[in-house]
Order: sequence, then C-alpha cells, then structure tokens
Amino acid sequence: MTLSAANEARAAEIISMFPRPRSALIPLLHLAQAQDGYLTDEAMRRIGELVGATPAEVKGTAGFYEMFRFEPVGTYLVNVCTNISCLLWGGEELLEHACESLEVEVGGTTDDSMFTVEEAECIAACTEAPCLQVNYRYRGKVTHDDFDRLVEDLRADRLDIPRHGALSAVRQSIPAERLAGVVPPEQAREAPVWLARNDVEVAG
Amino acid sequence: MDQQTAVNGYVAHAPGYVHNDGPKLITGRFAYDDSFTLARYESTGGYDGLRAALEKTPAAVHDEVRAATLLGRGGAGFPAGVKWGFLPPGKHPYYLVVNGDESEPGTYKDRLLMERDPHQLIEGCLIACYALGLQQCFLYVRGEMALAQERIAAALNEAYAAGYVGRGICGSDFSVDIVMAWGAGAYIVGEETGLIESLEGRRGMPRLKPPYFPAAVGLYGQPTIVNNVETLSNLPWLMVNGSDAYKGFGSESSPGTRMFAVSGHLRRPGVYEVEHGVTTFRELLYGDNFCRGIRDGHELKMFIPGGGSAPWFFEDHLDLPLEARPVGAAGSMLGSGAIVVMDDTTDAVRAAWRVVKFFARESCGKCTPCREGTTWLEQILRRILDGDGRPSDIDLLLDVGDNISPGPYPVAAHDGQEAVPFPPRQTTICPLGPSAVAPVVSTIRRFRHEYEAKITRRDPIPIEVVPVGASQ
Repeated sequence: MTLSAANEARAAEIISMFPRPRSALIPLLHLAQAQDGYLTDEAMRRIGELVGATPAEVKGTAGFYEMFRFEPVGTYLVNVCTNISCLLWGGEELLEHACESLEVEVGGTTDDSMFTVEEAECIAACTEAPCLQVNYRYRGKVTHDDFDRLVEDLRADRLDIPRHGALSAVRQSIPAERLAGVVPPEQAREAPVWLARNDVEVAG
Repeated sequence: MDQQTAVNGYVAHAPGYVHNDGPKLITGRFAYDDSFTLARYESTGGYDGLRAALEKTPAAVHDEVRAATLLGRGGAGFPAGVKWGFLPPGKHPYYLVVNGDESEPGTYKDRLLMERDPHQLIEGCLIACYALGLQQCFLYVRGEMALAQERIAAALNEAYAAGYVGRGICGSDFSVDIVMAWGAGAYIVGEETGLIESLEGRRGMPRLKPPYFPAAVGLYGQPTIVNNVETLSNLPWLMVNGSDAYKGFGSESSPGTRMFAVSGHLRRPGVYEVEHGVTTFRELLYGDNFCRGIRDGHELKMFIPGGGSAPWFFEDHLDLPLEARPVGAAGSMLGSGAIVVMDDTTDAVRAAWRVVKFFARESCGKCTPCREGTTWLEQILRRILDGDGRPSDIDLLLDVGDNISPGPYPVAAHDGQEAVPFPPRQTTICPLGPSAVAPVVSTIRRFRHEYEAKITRRDPIPIEVVPVGASQ
C-alpha cells in the first residue's frame, strides 16, 4: 500500500531535515518497510514522487541495500552471523540448526510466515559469537538450545521485538524554535558567523 | 543510579565491553547502566568540552586537535587535525558527515559508543562543527544497529531540548543542526565517498579519485569532513583536558587511547580501551588485564590484527606495539581496531575462505577487478574446501589477487621470505577488492601445505581449448 497519513506527515518531516529531498530516500524506504514489512511498488512510487526520483531510480537504489525487501518476509527476520569471529564459535552450525529446526533453507520463510532465516555478515558483536539478530535486535553466545528457546518465546509473543521493518522506536524530531535550519549547498555561501569571531564571549 | 559492578570485567548492560584497569577517556561512562541519558551525561562532566571549546576561537580549537595528533579511528589512521585542514577556504557551506556505518569484520566499538554514550558523540560533532565552521551535521548510523539509532535519536531529542544542539547553542551565536541518517545494509558505505553517495540517496558506490578527500568535494559537491564515531568521541575529553594531557597517554606518534575489539579463541575476548602505541599485541592477547590468553588447551595459530581487510599475523608478531608504523612495516595494518584470534584448531583455508566470501558478497560491483576477482577467489577457495581443488589453484588464486592488487601484496615475513609492507596497490577505486586478497596471500605464504593437502585429492581434468573460428 501507499504511505499512511501518519507516515506522509512523518515523511515530510524527514525530508525537511535534509538540504535535498533525495537524501531522505533511505530513511523513507525504512519508513515504508516499517509500515508494510517490505517495500511495495505503491510505496516506492510514492516515495519517488516525494524525493524527486523515478520509480526505477527508487527501486534501483533500494536494491543495492540488503535490508530492503521487495517481497514479504516472516514476522521475525533471523540473521545468523557466520563471519570470521562467529565461524570460530560455531556460527555456521548455528545457521544450520536454525534452518533444520525451522525447516527452511537459508533465505527461506516458514510456512506460517513467522520466521525468515538469513545468513548475515558481521553484525558487530564479535566477542559474543556466535551471534544473531532478530529484526535487528541482538542475541549473543547463542547455543542451539538458546535458539530453540528464542523461537518458542517469539512464537508465544513473549519478547518485546516489533515485527520486521520497525527499527528505532524513537524518532528524531527537531522543535521549530530550536531548529538552526537546513543548509542547502546553493545557499549559505557565507562563512557562519561564529567562525569569523575573534573576540569570544563566554557562552552563557 | 550507582555504578554497576562488573563481573570478570564484563559490564552486564554493555555485552562485550570489559571495564579493566587503565585510562578510560571515552568508555568511562559505560559502567553506568544509564550512561546514554542526558542526566547521567551532565552529572559526569557532559558538555563541558563544548563549553570549553566555545570559550576559545574556532581556530584555537582546531589547533588543539592538531596538537593532540588525534588519529582517525575508522581504519586509515589519518590525523584528524590534518584532515580538517584540507577544507578549501571560503567554499561554504561545509558539512560534517559522521561515519557510523561500522561493518568491518571483527570490529565493534562505534556501535558501543553510539549505544552507550551517544551524547559524547553528539558533543564531539558539535566541537568539530564549531572549530571548522561546518554548517550542518549528518550522523549516519548503520542500518542494522536498531538500538544505536534509538539511543542517538533519543539523545538528539534531549540535547535539542536542553539547548546543546540547534539554534544558539548554549546561548552563543553558534548554531548547527545534527540530523540522524540511516544505512540499510551495505559494507561499502563505510568507505567515505560511498557514504556520501548513500547520504545523497543513491547506491553507495565509492566515487572516483581524485579528489582524494571529501574535504575538497564531498556532500552535494561541497567541502565535507567525514569522521569516524570513535574519532569524534575523543573530542569532549580533549577539550576539557587539553592536548598535553591527551599526549600523556599512548606513544608520541599515536597518543591517547584506542578501542580494540578482540574476538576469537580467547579466555576473555572483549572490547577494551587500550593505551595507543605502547601496548603490544602480546599484552592485549595474553595480559591479565586484557584477554588472558588463548582458550585452555590450545595455542595461537594466527590472528587478524586490524579487521577483515588486514593481512594476517602470527606468533612472531606478538611483541609489536599497537602502532601504525611498525605494524605496517611488518606487512599489515591496525585498521579499525579489530583483532580476531584463531587457535590451532582453525582450518586456515576455511578461515580465509570465509573472509573472502564476505568481500565477494559486499563488492559493490563498480570496478571489474573487484567484482569478478572477489567472486572468483571465493569460488576457487570453495572448491578447494570441497575437495575439488586443482594443482594450479594456488597459482590461480595469487594471479586473480594480482589482478585486483598488483603485487607484491603486503604480507608477513615467513621462512626467509621478507615482509612486504602495507599498503597494497590497487586496480580499483576503493580498497575493498584489495582487502579480499589479504587472507589469501597471508595463508598461502604461511600454510601452503594446508592448501596442498586439500588439493591433492584430485587431479585437474584437462580441457582442450579450440580457438574461436578454427576449422574442426
């Protein structure tokens, strides 16, 4: 579907923070993915209108980034790291266990659409090997038993992990009275005032 | 809230971080479970560095950073004060782009700095913007780091409300916005020109050089400073305590401290804040205050000293200091502060294959030698592991590597063969392709017998090549 009214408003706010609308493209794609769980053609078309890009440019850009999905994935995207530090502590075996226990291939989604399992590259938790992320929330030193328990907990909705697509629960918002103002490259050709000063007053 | 007790040095709410003895210039707050809040930040000296900076002229702040020889922590190790000096005078506006796209295999310190002490990073951004007249700041956080995004967004909202960011900062004439931006899963975006492309809403492919520094031509074609999260996180401490105090830690050419993520087969793997330049690999890997040695019953086989892109080191390199020059001369780099330690149970070919697979997967596809070469390296290594290797494969691997990075490729000394110093040459725009050659050359020089043992299982099938157009 296209963007909801709330997300249209949010999109306008995000665009207003950048000197050029196109810079908001990736944030807006995340917004659409949070809304639908993946990127629909309608949402991408709308985002293209908002940032001044053709649908092909939007999809061509989105396709470069691994996190963006063009088809529905499971409610929970499980990314198991198998990169070097995790490899040393059984990351590949953990991925194998994940696939076997959920009866999917790597990249596959369970029949009930609950889980998609992916092989991840280094997710920056190397001392916690083998590690994984569920919808980009970390789990470290994951044994096979831990994994089974995690799956049970997720099935029973016992964990505070939002469905796929939702990232930060907090959004940046700049209050109008505090806004310094976006600085487009075409304007603001002058040095900022503070750079020129020699006599420095002590800040209050 | 009180400081948490660390168990075995580990801090419960900051998994991986080890709060050991030693100077803590940038991780001091990690031990508080509320370290990311403005209240905790302010009660522990937060934003004092900004106030100290605002009492000086911008030029004086820049001088202080230059005098401190603050080395960039992203991988290249270039002095921040010098990089800042590359801004062409008068070509306003200038921008600040914060590289929080930490993705190098083995590396994680920026994530902890963003999750555990976002205000420190924000304060560092403000100091840089003030010193250089940067008029807007974009803080680019790796897409997969949901918690870091949350903490930074929350911290920015707090900092705006408290008057530290935005219009008239601390009541002065200094005004700048800091805007959080997101990645979406692409290692290459950690390369600074790829990051700028991504921030302009495009595929994150590195730009052709020259110009070598975005300080000349960067975001929207304007002069842009791109600094790493850890680099900027040092600025508040530096402003409060001064460059002389900063240089009281570490070595003369690498002052201060540096965060190292040490993972792999260790008794106490962890992320440590370490005195730069003076600590040796041996102290870090075996010292009681640090990793406490290889896991029980095993011995060191090899280690990666500076993230997945670095050529590999061995037992004979343990006494090198954590300092760029000697590490470079010995054939590798400190890179992004990531050390991966492998013991005698590790299959060298398999380990090399896994790192190469990463680069093959993450190659952006812009330069042919990298796009094709990394893929071929991965496939050849894979077939060797599968028992389908051919006797010519070792030479083939080296040849493919040579097409990405014309040799001699940086490698550690071994068995009468001298070390080839860092850095490698490249036929590509950025260092991703050449990085994929590191594990290959490192392991072939040291463990050729392991390759040969895997390969001799099968002879090559001769293929007769008929030239195109030849009569049958």
